[in-house]
Amino acid sequence: MKQPSVYGLMAEFESSSDLMNAARKSYEEGYRKMDAYSPFPIEELSEAIGFHHTKLPMIVLIGGIVGCLGGFFLQYWVSVIDYPINIGGRPFNSWPSFIPVTFETTVLVAALSAVLGMLGLNGLPTPYHPVFNVKRFALATRDRFFLCIESRDPKFELDGTRRFLETLTPREVSEVEP
Amino acid sequence: MSDEVLTAPQPESAQPAVIEPGHTFASVTDKISSIVLGGRPPLGWFVGFGIAFLLLMGLLFTIANLLFVGVGIWGINVPVGWGFDIINFVWWIGIGHAGTLISAILLLLRQTWRTSINRFAEAMTLFAVACAGLYPIMHMGRPWLAYWLFPYPNTMGIWPQFRSPLVWDVFAVSTYGTVSLLFWFVGLIPDLATLRDRSRNIVSQKIYGILAMGWRGSAQHWHRYETAYNLLAALSTPLVISVHTIVSFDFAVGLIPGWHATIFPPYFVAGAIYAGFAMVLTLAIPIRAIYGLEGFITMRHLQNMAKVMLATGLLVAYGYMMETFTAWYSGNQYEKFMIWNRMTGPYAKMYWALIFCNVICPQLLWSSRIRNHIPSLFGISIIVSIGMWLERFIIIVTSLHRDFLPSSWGMYHGTKFDWTMFLGTIGLFFTLLFLFVRVLPMISIFEMRTLLPEAEVREEEA
Repeated sequence: MKQPSVYGLMAEFESSSDLMNAARKSYEEGYRKMDAYSPFPIEELSEAIGFHHTKLPMIVLIGGIVGCLGGFFLQYWVSVIDYPINIGGRPFNSWPSFIPVTFETTVLVAALSAVLGMLGLNGLPTPYHPVFNVKRFALATRDRFFLCIESRDPKFELDGTRRFLETLTPREVSEVEP
Repeated sequence: MSDEVLTAPQPESAQPAVIEPGHTFASVTDKISSIVLGGRPPLGWFVGFGIAFLLLMGLLFTIANLLFVGVGIWGINVPVGWGFDIINFVWWIGIGHAGTLISAILLLLRQTWRTSINRFAEAMTLFAVACAGLYPIMHMGRPWLAYWLFPYPNTMGIWPQFRSPLVWDVFAVSTYGTVSLLFWFVGLIPDLATLRDRSRNIVSQKIYGILAMGWRGSAQHWHRYETAYNLLAALSTPLVISVHTIVSFDFAVGLIPGWHATIFPPYFVAGAIYAGFAMVLTLAIPIRAIYGLEGFITMRHLQNMAKVMLATGLLVAYGYMMETFTAWYSGNQYEKFMIWNRMTGPYAKMYWALIFCNVICPQLLWSSRIRNHIPSLFGISIIVSIGMWLERFIIIVTSLHRDFLPSSWGMYHGTKFDWTMFLGTIGLFFTLLFLFVRVLPMISIFEMRTLLPEAEVREEEA
């Protein structure tokens, strides 16, 4: 590997199909540390660059369980242990009455874990990221598609990777400053 | 590549398209973001915002007066202790429900037509929940102690009463508000990044940049994003149903004739969606005209919303019918008296106005001519909003004003402060909505891009 004087090489494409092809070919070529950028979610694009699983559903499930148990036992503890009070002769542990609040706390904690988990796993907020050093990258949120092979990839080689990217018929290939 | 994928997918039959033909990624992006970034808003915006802001000032005046004098400035008294405050609370919460329905349930059902209306329907949800939340808080008499509603360890050594539907309501509404806000914000992140990159003004670049949190459209990010978005939709779907169910428990768990009915939860949920779609139509029709968005909010959307209104309107009509039937079939003299009093008593005019607004008038939507006629749709949606307000008035006031003993009978009328408060929350709602339309993209840009034929990935022969 050469000294990482660049973050990577970025190729710009005009359509989602071109990006998809480029991503697949780069993966076949043996590149692993890369990312594809598109203005809207493209199904299978993340798989094409070798990203398959996300822990997010598990995080949300755990969040939901925590919210459910937490919500129920909050009410149980309050109504049975800390502040038992006779309301219309109902049992202290009137569990059917506790279900609505338990449901709401389940949804609340699960939703919070979905959002915070998504942001956390994605590393957002990201105050600085090298890809924004490419001027034309601003179009990644409009109508252009980008593939960036990063210099930390063992197979990365400034000239060789550039030549490889040129074969994928990009609009242009540019170096990404770190 | 074959020829058939090159042609845009045509909707079968003669249904209008979800998005006008001829749009590209760039044109969709520029059109929607230019509403925010393009400088001066149209004249209609200033007029609308001015009126809404005036009403909002009325709200502030009313609240100041309320804090100074007390809830006695409202018309509530024995026996009608729940008046405009609860009527409007339920009305606003109900309106909010269509936003969640459009954004969550229609997403899970893969109804792509929802895309161009979901963003402002979600905003509508948030602002409606804000208006709704004001009422119970102001109704407390000492709203500065509103935090007592939440379970927190305190020096008084007391806790909320978890067997009470009013406490369930606190959890339901606050969870609903939070989850709606999260859902809305998550949906906004990629569009905030678009605004950050499209803006030419250093201040707005900074603000949108901070809000977008460095979103760059990475494939891995999109993957987790979509997972999170779908999970949020799956969580919001039962949530929205639970919220209005719990709101109906506020009534149904009580023993008052006219409230104590098992039909209430489904009937309230249907009514909420009905009122909400009416409000979405009321907002969508002027917005698409003022901002020239006919290419994005097409006749297809208006027709579909009209159909949802018709269907939920029929469910609500069924609810009215069953309420009456149960009162008769139960043989309970108080129930029978309550229904008879509703239909012929002092508030009979309002009851029959409600039947006209919610049951008779929407039957016009069976005709496809009416569903295609925008002024009629607008008129019907406003009539339905009025009808749903009357429904809550009838449920609350007519059930309370004739107590079990004739010595406790009374009448209820809103005072002028009830009305300024109600109009004031309408002002708050529209002020927030006008500000939202001004500073945030009112249509989800990235989801609109996925609707375009060019978004389809054409597989190359390997």
